[in-house]
This record gives sequence, C-alpha cells and structure tokens, in this order.
Amino acid sequence: MGFFIAQLLTGLANAGALFMVASGLSLIFGVTRIVNFAHGSFYMLGAYVGYSLMQVLPGAVGFWTSILLAGVIVGLIGVIVEICVLRPVYRAPELFQLVATFGVILVIQDLTLMTWGAEDVLGPRAPGLTGVVRIMGEPVPKYDLALLVITPFVALGLWYLITRTRVGVLVRAATQDREMVGALGVNQSWLFTGVFFLGCALAGLGGALQLPKGGADLLMDFNILTAVFVVVVIGGMGSLPGAYLAAVLISVLGVFGVTYMPQSTLVLMFVIMVLVLMIRPYGLFGRPEVAGEHGQVGEPERPIKPAGPRARMIVAAGLALLALMPVYGSNFTLVLATDILIFCLFAASLHFILGLGGLVSFGHAAFFGGGAYVAALLVTYADTPMELALLLAPLGAGMAAIIIGWVCLRLTGVYFAMLTLAFSQLLWSLVFQWGEVTRGDDGLVNIWPSAWASGTTVYFYLSLVICTGGILFLRHAAHAPFGYALRAARDSARQAEATGIDTKRVQWAAFALAGAMAGVAGGLFVFSKGSVFPNELEIARSFDALIVVFLGGVKTLAGGVVGGVALEGVKDILTRFEYWRLALGVLIIVVVIVAPDGLVGTARKLAERWGILRGAEDGK
Amino acid sequence: MLEIASVNSFYGKAHVLSDLSFTVQRGQVAALLGRNGAGKSTTMKSIMQLVVPRSGQVRFMGHDLVGLAPHRVAKMGLGYVPEDRRIFTDLTVLENLEVGRQPSREGTVTWTRDMLFDLFPNLAERRNNRGKEMSGGEQQMLTIARTLMGNPSFVLLDEPSEGIAPVIVEQMARVILQLKSEGLTVLLSEQNLHFARAVADVAVIIEGGAQKFHGTLAELNAQPEIRDAYLSV
Repeated sequence: MGFFIAQLLTGLANAGALFMVASGLSLIFGVTRIVNFAHGSFYMLGAYVGYSLMQVLPGAVGFWTSILLAGVIVGLIGVIVEICVLRPVYRAPELFQLVATFGVILVIQDLTLMTWGAEDVLGPRAPGLTGVVRIMGEPVPKYDLALLVITPFVALGLWYLITRTRVGVLVRAATQDREMVGALGVNQSWLFTGVFFLGCALAGLGGALQLPKGGADLLMDFNILTAVFVVVVIGGMGSLPGAYLAAVLISVLGVFGVTYMPQSTLVLMFVIMVLVLMIRPYGLFGRPEVAGEHGQVGEPERPIKPAGPRARMIVAAGLALLALMPVYGSNFTLVLATDILIFCLFAASLHFILGLGGLVSFGHAAFFGGGAYVAALLVTYADTPMELALLLAPLGAGMAAIIIGWVCLRLTGVYFAMLTLAFSQLLWSLVFQWGEVTRGDDGLVNIWPSAWASGTTVYFYLSLVICTGGILFLRHAAHAPFGYALRAARDSARQAEATGIDTKRVQWAAFALAGAMAGVAGGLFVFSKGSVFPNELEIARSFDALIVVFLGGVKTLAGGVVGGVALEGVKDILTRFEYWRLALGVLIIVVVIVAPDGLVGTARKLAERWGILRGAEDGK
Repeated sequence: MLEIASVNSFYGKAHVLSDLSFTVQRGQVAALLGRNGAGKSTTMKSIMQLVVPRSGQVRFMGHDLVGLAPHRVAKMGLGYVPEDRRIFTDLTVLENLEVGRQPSREGTVTWTRDMLFDLFPNLAERRNNRGKEMSGGEQQMLTIARTLMGNPSFVLLDEPSEGIAPVIVEQMARVILQLKSEGLTVLLSEQNLHFARAVADVAVIIEGGAQKFHGTLAELNAQPEIRDAYLSV
C-alpha cells in the first residue's frame, strides 16, 4: 500500500512539467492555429537557462528565482521567434507554419549545443528539499512533494488568467473567431505575441522545474514533444482541465508502467490514447474543430493539369540524364542518387494524401519504416529473397495503413494529424521495445540484395525504375477519376458527398495507397543500406517528408519530388559541417518566409511574371 | 462622414464590387439595398478592411481606410455588426461585451453595460448565459450591444432583420432610431424594403456590385420602376 501511494505521488509530481508544456502548446494553438512543433525546444531551453542561472544565483532564493527567470527568459525568446519567424508567415497557407517551427527546432538544437556543449547536464538539487520523506515506510523525494504543491498553483493561476481577466476573455474569443476580435478593435498581433510569450514561458518553467529530477540534455525536446502531443490529444485541444487530467493520467501510468511492465511503457501511453479517442474522438474535454474559419477567401485553387508536351520533354530529359548517371557519375553520386530517388518516392506518397487529399499526416514514417522492417524481418527470420521481400514490404505497409487509416480518418484536421503521429510513435515504440524480435536499438543488419542486384549501378537502376514507376503511378492516379474524387473530398466534403462520392472511403483508399507506396520506398531503402534501425520510424523521419512536401509546394504535383531532391541534396552538403542543423534550420525558415508557395509554386509564379510560362488567366 | 469612391473588391478572382461609390452624411441612417449576392456584405467588409479593396478609396472623417488593419478601422470609431452575428458562443453575454469594450471616444456616446441592458432588456436577464444558449434574436441583440461597447460614432449593420422573429425586428427598428437620436450615423444593409422604410433617411441600391440608385426614401418611393428592377418585392 505504501509503495502504491509513493508511486502515485511520484507520478503526480512528474505530471507538473508535462502539464505546463502541454497547456502552453494548447494555448498557442487555440489562438494562432499553429501547432508549435518547437514547443519541446522551449522546454529544453528552460532547463538549460535555469541551470546556468542556478550556477550564478546562490541558495534557496536563488534556486527559485532562477526557475521563474528561466520561464521569463524563455518566454522572451518565444516572442523573438514569433516576431521574426511566425509573423511573416501567418498569411501563408494553413499548416505551412509547421515547417517554420521545425526550422526553429533545428536552430535551437544547435544553439543549445554551441552554448552548453554535448554533455548531459546534471540538475542541481533544490536547496532545503534534498532527501526523502518516508510515507508509510516508503521513500518519497521531498522535491516531488514540492512539485505536487506547485503544479496546482500554476494550474489555478492559469485558470484565473484565462477565465477571470480581460486578457483571458480576449484569448478565448480569439480562439473561436480571431478576425471578429480584430474587427472589434483588438490588435491581434499583440494578442498573438502575448499568447506566444505565455505559452513559451510555461514550457520554460516546466523545463526549469524538472531540473532537480532529470537534469538537461539535448534529446529533451523530442522526448517531451511526443508526450505533450499525447496529453493534448487525450485532454482535448484547448482545454486546460483536460491537459491537467491527461498529464496526470499519463505520468501516473508511466510510473506504474516502469514498475510492472518495463517492456511496454512507451506502448502503453499510445494504447491509452487510442482507447480514449475511440470513445471520445476529440479528447476528454475537447470539442470538434470548427470547420471553415471566417475570413478572407484566398486565391482559388489552381486546377492541376496533366503535364503538357514541354513538361513531358523536361521530365524525359531529366530521366535520360539520370539513366546515364553511371557513365559520368562516381560510385558516391550513384549511392546519393539512389537515396534521393527512394526519398522522393516516400515524399511523393505523402504528397498524394496531403496535397491532393488534404490529409495532413504527421506520422508517415510509420509506413516507410514499416515497409523497411517488414522486408528486414522477412529476410532475417525467413531468408526471404529480395524480390519477394520488396513485394511484401508495400503489402505490409499498406495493411498497416488500412488499419491506422480506419482509426485516424474518423477525425479531421489537427486531430487527424496528431493521431497519425501517435500511431507512428506506437509502431516506433513497438520496434524499439520489442527487442527479442526487432533487436531494438541495435537494428536489423545484413540485409543485402540478391546477387544480381548487389552492384551499386544495378541497384541504382532498380531504384530508378521502381521509384519513377511509383511516382508516375501516383501522378496517374491524381488524374484518374479517383484523384478527382479525392480532391473533391478535400475541397468540399459535403458537396462531394452530395454528388455521390463516399468521401471517407476515397480518403481511406488514398491513405492505404500512400502507405503502400511509402512501404515500397522503405523496402528499397533496407536493401540499399543493408540494415534498418528504429529511427526510420521516428518523428524526425515523418518531419523530413513533411518539410519536403511543404517546401516543394503542396499545390503542385512536382512539389514532392523537387522538395525531395532539394532537401536530400542540401543535407548532403550541410552535414559535412559541425553545425549543419543550424544552417538547415535557418535555410528552412528563410525559404518559408521568402517562398510561401513552396519551391515549385514560387518558381512557377516567377516564371509567369517573366513571361516564360503562360499564366492561369491566359490559359482560359 | 463616410465616402466610398470607385471601390473595386474581389474574392479571389471574382469581381464583387465594381466602381462602387456613395456617401453617408453625419447623423443619417442610410440603407444599403439590393438582392442576394448584390454585394451588400462585401461593401460592409470593404469598409471595415476585412476585404481589402483592390482599388478605390474608403474615406472616413477625411482619412482613407484602404489597407489599414481592421482593428485600426475600429479604433477610428467604426463599429461593425456582421451579418452572421459571429458572437463568441463559448463566452457569456458579459464576456462577449468585454471583448467589444474600448475606451470612450470624443464626440460620441460612451456606452456602459447598464445602458445596453436598458436598450436590450433580454440581455440583462441572460447576462451569465453563454452565447450558444441564446436564441437567434438574442444573439442579434448581443452582437449589436457588443459593437456598441466600442463606443463607435458610425455603425455598420449587416442585415439586422435577417432570420429573426417579427416582434424582434420591431425592436431592432426602435434601437436603430434610438442610435440615431443619440447622434450616431448608421449604414445598414437590407433586403427588406419595409424595414428600411421604417428607419432609413436615404437609400443606396446596388446590383452586381455597382450603385444603381442613391437618394432619399421619398425619392425612391416616387420611382417604383427602380424598386421593381432592383429589389425583389
């Protein structure tokens, strides 16, 4: 019994930081409609900044002052990010800001590395709160008890701010209809900046508060991000009580999971989330997203037309150049080209559901990594030949997509996105923790192609044929009636339903097709590398594909491919430098600000302005 | 007080207002009349800069508004009551009013909650109810009251009589006349000629986003062919 209570108390104490970060994310999303991927980075900054302050400020007063100051400083850093990075892109297409926040993650990672070094930082003990208290004979750290008291006060303060002050009223009003708030004379820019300050300060506070428990390290940002997404989804986007309850639920279960089921702690979190969502699709306290915000009508979608003769010639020339690559390229360029081809197919498959279907998936790596693991497991345990494994990889990934799609497509918008992310994390944690089968972090190795395809050149041709075929197939599907139905479901689900299209079924089929195509890419990937590790299923992998699709251009068919080539190419150059993340992050942010239509869209606009291409008006 | 000069507005590529011009004098109640899709709401939004006109001028007390942020337009004393009400459904009546509250302004009435509750007695009873718990008529009253909390000198009312019960339409008419007696200038859009007759001094008729008639209601009454051509009766 004593053990049980001690565990419960630790779980409740752990909930504190999680709640603060989650409520910050939730607030920012509510008002600005931005899912701030960089929120985990602000949490990490809070820990590091707090640590540095504690080195300078002595004693108990210094300790607590440091924590408060860390919150304020991180909040101010958030304000700088909001003004410099997000303000210029508020008018960009919805969700484009995601890419900008991902750039922010990379920048903060490297700046943190520069400032504090790669070594993990051991958190200072809280003066006066070291040691344990015995509760029914079980030791409970004093600091945990302090956290237990502090968190409800922060939660109450936040609740008071939101429900009882003018600022809170404006925040809640803006969450529903920010344009109307502006028309009533409230300067939205400052409201956005203020909310960003508050949200980031909460994240920083959370990071600094957990210092004595966990210290600070460079992996904190992604580690908390997943948990925060889960908390926000379980609690319901925009609900503070929901965030609190979900944080407690996840933390307490986490503590008990470590004790009773150490092999499945990660999986447990996602299983709970899926269960909650099956019963309450919008979280415990959430509400369905309001479809169609009030606002100005944007430029109408430009219809996607089949490639004209000139475009076909360019593509044919490009393919010919690629096919001749073994003649003029080195072995190294062939390997790089193979990587890029595989990545392009992966990105094109995400583009298919995202661009044409309007289904923003944050977890597309599940199918890429899934396909890779299917192939690798088949080879490792059944000595399957490469040819068969390459066929079964998309089948496995497609099956996974059918199941995951069935659950996720019950939701829309940001809930759909977060649910896909959770599923990909579920797969990742399965692979990561089920060591007996998947060898966990050690990965599966020695997975080589059949003898005939083992040469670099032959494998390059194999990838060229399969990836080009896959991309052309997706392109073909976009121009087939199926593609029309998919786009109709994206633009107006109701209208599409009224004309007899079963929108959910069409989207489900598209999701499965995209999953299978990602599986093809995953299968090719394994045999090109000879090994696979869990990080092929990670968030970062999904984000890679997202960045590529957004940077390339969501509204153009070539977007996925062009973005894929650009990102992999740039990465190949940049990773030779020590602080390549910083450079890549800055580059991403600059592209987002300068070219909000993506590379292809912006290039087309420029070409039209200079008279190289005919504009849409002339095309009529 | 308000001068619209050759305004052209677009929704994407659709040309909604073409060379629209008219003026509203201080203290007038002007009715903007026209059929569904004539461009009445777009006119209102183009004044508020919720739709930014591609060309032309919107002059309010001598300042051109085109290109200003909507909150700046509101701060200059223009109050906007949208057609679809757009009250904050999760906020209480009092909180909705709080969102609209702005400092008092020289040369116009400073509204307090109590004054608004006198004007709309139904709201007083429901002050702690959430927006979504209210009837359509009550929501219409709330959206007007919310805008008045900003102490505007000029009120834009987009279809105030749409979709509410006849008894409340009468109340709306009384409210508009009271606003006029307090010295406010009002531009309201309407499909309902009877309602316009009850409250307005002048009428502007638009069709296809262009002005077709501009004159007093007496002049409009004297030309039934205009009414028949541009307004469905």
